[in-house]
Order: sequence, then structure tokens, then C-alpha cells
Amino acid sequence: MSASEDIWILGIHMTKFGKHPTLDSVDLGAEAIIGALADGGVTMADMGILAAGNLMGSGGIGQQLQKQVGQTGIPVYNVSNACATGATALRTAIMAIRAGECDMGLAVGVEKLAGAGLLGGGGKPKSDEKVWDPSGRYGAVANPDGRIGTNTMPGVFAQIGMEYGHKYGGATFELFARISEKNHAHSTLNPLAAYSKAMTLEQIMGDMMIAYPNTRSMCSANCDGAAAAVVVSGEKLRTLSKEQQRRAVKVSASILTTDPWEEACQILPNVNTLTKNAATQAYEKAGGGPADLDLVEWHDCFATAELVHYDNLGLCEEGGAVEFFESGATWRTGLLPVNVSGGLESKGHPIAATGIANIWEICQHLRDECGDRQIEGAKVGLAHVIGLGSSCGVHILEKSGL
Amino acid sequence: MNQVPLVDYLVLGNQPHLAVNRCTSCGANFFDRRNACAACFGTSFEKADVPTGGVLTAFTIVTFAAPGIDVPFVAGVVDCGGISVRANVINTPPDPEHVSLGMKVRLATYSLGLDDQGTEAVGFGFEPA
Ligand SMILES: [Zn+2]
Repeated sequence: MSASEDIWILGIHMTKFGKHPTLDSVDLGAEAIIGALADGGVTMADMGILAAGNLMGSGGIGQQLQKQVGQTGIPVYNVSNACATGATALRTAIMAIRAGECDMGLAVGVEKLAGAGLLGGGGKPKSDEKVWDPSGRYGAVANPDGRIGTNTMPGVFAQIGMEYGHKYGGATFELFARISEKNHAHSTLNPLAAYSKAMTLEQIMGDMMIAYPNTRSMCSANCDGAAAAVVVSGEKLRTLSKEQQRRAVKVSASILTTDPWEEACQILPNVNTLTKNAATQAYEKAGGGPADLDLVEWHDCFATAELVHYDNLGLCEEGGAVEFFESGATWRTGLLPVNVSGGLESKGHPIAATGIANIWEICQHLRDECGDRQIEGAKVGLAHVIGLGSSCGVHILEKSGL
Repeated sequence: MNQVPLVDYLVLGNQPHLAVNRCTSCGANFFDRRNACAACFGTSFEKADVPTGGVLTAFTIVTFAAPGIDVPFVAGVVDCGGISVRANVINTPPDPEHVSLGMKVRLATYSLGLDDQGTEAVGFGFEPA
């Protein structure tokens, strides 16, 4: 085997997102793996690597899954990269193929999150506040969360959207709610979404406030789910059947970045610069630009987050995100549909599965297999995730020309 | 009365203020204990005072928080002369009518109460200026 630059997705599968009270993480992950292998027309015997992600579980999800779907002795990489975990698992498999270690690999992400409640807040409250005792890297005598800003995810991402508004204007409560209205409307065509009900602007704005300006329906939905993908080198793909070659989706860019240091980046997470960097690298690698994209799935973990990425991924001029959204371009029927799946706000966000599920959505459109929500003639799509802390994964995918 | 700051970068006294660890090579500012500079990898730092006045550049009004935290409260980022500070906005009603992007604010301290040894913890926030 030689190092390969030419990487393809051969098979991919996502489970229904939502509540699965009778299934555990291994059940869901196994369903995704078996589905992806069947979709690609291959078996565990063909896999040379397994990369697996699961954030909330007990660890070692890769080996737990092998014990159900096939123990072939291949290397397992258990990866963890916050909400970018799924994308990181996929990229791990891609790197192994690119390095010439194997010609086929498997990536899976799975999460059990239904009913998990608010993420990121608080941690362990100090029960012994009887003596003010400094501890930690800030010498804090009490938990800073809630006393010095907020660590809750809805609150952090609310500020990220508001910061954009401070810089460029126009980012009102109503504007953010209308982004959510779009994604909830899109979800009505997605049978795998955790929530697939359209919501009116009044319902969204009148919903329970979580962290202004994010109401409950503007927050990603905690749910259970899994997604898995089989990746293959171009050389190997050309030895497979015509049908496998036709349905395969080309990975024309697979990029992972973290945030470079800049003023304030350790105060409020900066999800902008690392996304801009990832997008620039991805467009360069794919030899194209935003104008070539037919659809985009990205990390709308909160309505306030979707806004800033119109700008970060270069879909509009710097500072033009509000105007770009208001043009209607990002609706399913618009010039450049964003989050046709319903996005994380309605499809759901089982953290480690999200990065592969976004790619599944793009693949279904590129294969012309997306049913009622098919974007006609889709040839190129982009999938983006942010893991706070931070990591950004961007994949550009292309319809097979084989 | 003995006082202790909520965090070690809050300097108490007649004129309470915040102080950063500033990299002596590149000038990058940090609030936490440092091993090295994230910008230039230098390992030498000096204390520098942060201006007590600033502008609110981002905020949210948090309705759901960890147990023991009174809600709603305003969390935000304040630009204090080019140094961004994470803080709550205090001494004003926590609603969008009273808190706005770009508003001028200034540092204010408040008591977190006494411990069993009679020491008072003092926290900080920013109030409308
Ligand atoms: Zn430095």
C-alpha cells in the first residue's frame, strides 16, 4: 500500500436521533456501524482501523463496540474532542488511510444524552464554603461559574452571537429567533430528527428563556444517537463495484483546527478565527470556494452560533451575516441552504455523533437519496462542527464522478 | 475585618482593581496562573493593573445556572482599555432594557459573606458607569 491523497466515503449511516430508553451506547453505536458497513457493501473484515468517539460514557467505546460487531484485532483509537469528536474520529480514519497504514477504515460517534439537562454549568458546587480557601488556577474561594460570567453552553454561545452584534449591528433577539424558525421548518422533512415540528416566531420567542437571547427552542436538543462512516482510499475504491464507486462520496477536504492565541480568546471562546482558518484551508485543499457549495450543514448548537458562521465560512462579506440571512439564501429553497436537516436545534445534538451525522446529511444529498428534502442537483457540500475549547472540523464533500 | 478576594486577580484595598499576568516578551495578558505564554511561549510574567472602566462588548442573561447561583443574572465581556475581562454586570436590573451592548461600565465589588473564621470574601462585577 502507498500513501493516498484520494479519500472517499464508501458507506455511512445515522440512527434516528431522539430518545432511545431501551438502547445503550453500544446498541446505538453498533446500529450505526452495521448500517455504514452495509451501506458500503463491506464487512468488519475489510476495516483496517476503528476510530470511535463517546464523551459521556465510561471510556473505551471502540473496544466495547468491537466486542459486538466484530473483533478483528485492528487498532482502535478512542477519540475525544468535545462536540468535534465525531469529525475527529472520521479524520483519524482518513489520516490512517492517507498515511498508507490501511485502505479502509471505520469511524463512529455515539452519545446517550436524552434528559441530560443543561451542559457546561457549574461543575461541583463548593459544599464547604465555611472557610474561604483559594484553589485552582485563579485562586478562587468559591466557584467562579455564575459569579464571574457563565460557563453554561447556552450562555457562552449567546455571548458569541451578541459579540457579533456589537461589532456589526443588527443582531436582535428576533433575528436569532428567525434563524431558529428556519431550522425548525427544515426539520419537518427529516424523519430522523429528534424534533420535527415547525415553530412560529411567536412560539420561539415566547418559549422558556434559557440564556438571553437563546430561548429553549433556540438551543440544541440533548438526545441519543449515533453515526458511523466507512472511508476508503481512491485506489481501493477503483477495485470495487461500479455501484459502490457511483455512490461513494469524495472527501475533497478534511481539516481540523484549534484556536490560535489572540486577545480575549481565553475570556470568551473565540469560535470565529479557528473556523475561518479551517474554511480557508478546506477551500484551498478542495480547489474551490464558497461559491461552489450547494449546501452546508454546520454547528448551530444555538441560534446565536449559526449567525457568526455565515461570515466565518465566507458565505458573505465580513460583517454581512445578518443581511445574508435576511436575503433568505439559507432556507432550503434559497441560494445556499444551511442546515436542511433541521440543524442541531431540531435534529438534535448527541455530541460525539454530530460530526459524522452532519456528513451523513451531505452525503445523502450528493447521492440524490435524500427524499423530500433533497437539494436538487447537489454536487458539493460542506460540513462543519465546533468543539468548544476549541476545535473546528470542516469537511468538503463531492458527488462521485466515477 | 479580614478580607479575601473571590479570585487572586482581584486586588482589594482602597481602590479595588483587577491585575493580569503580563508576558514580558510579547505583552499578552492572562488572568490565570501561568506555565508559559500561549502567544509567544515565553515564561516571564509581570503583574499589570487593568483599568477599572470599560465597555460591555458581549452579554447574556442567564436564567438557568448551577445550584446556589441566583438567577437571572447578566454575564458578559468588558473591554477595559484593550484587555477583555469576563464578569457579571451587577447593580442594575437583569433585563435587555437595562443592559445593552456598548454600554459603559465600571468595576464594583460586593460581599460574598463571612466564613467561620470571620473572613469576608469579596467578589467583583461591573455596574453601569
Ligand atoms: Zn508572550
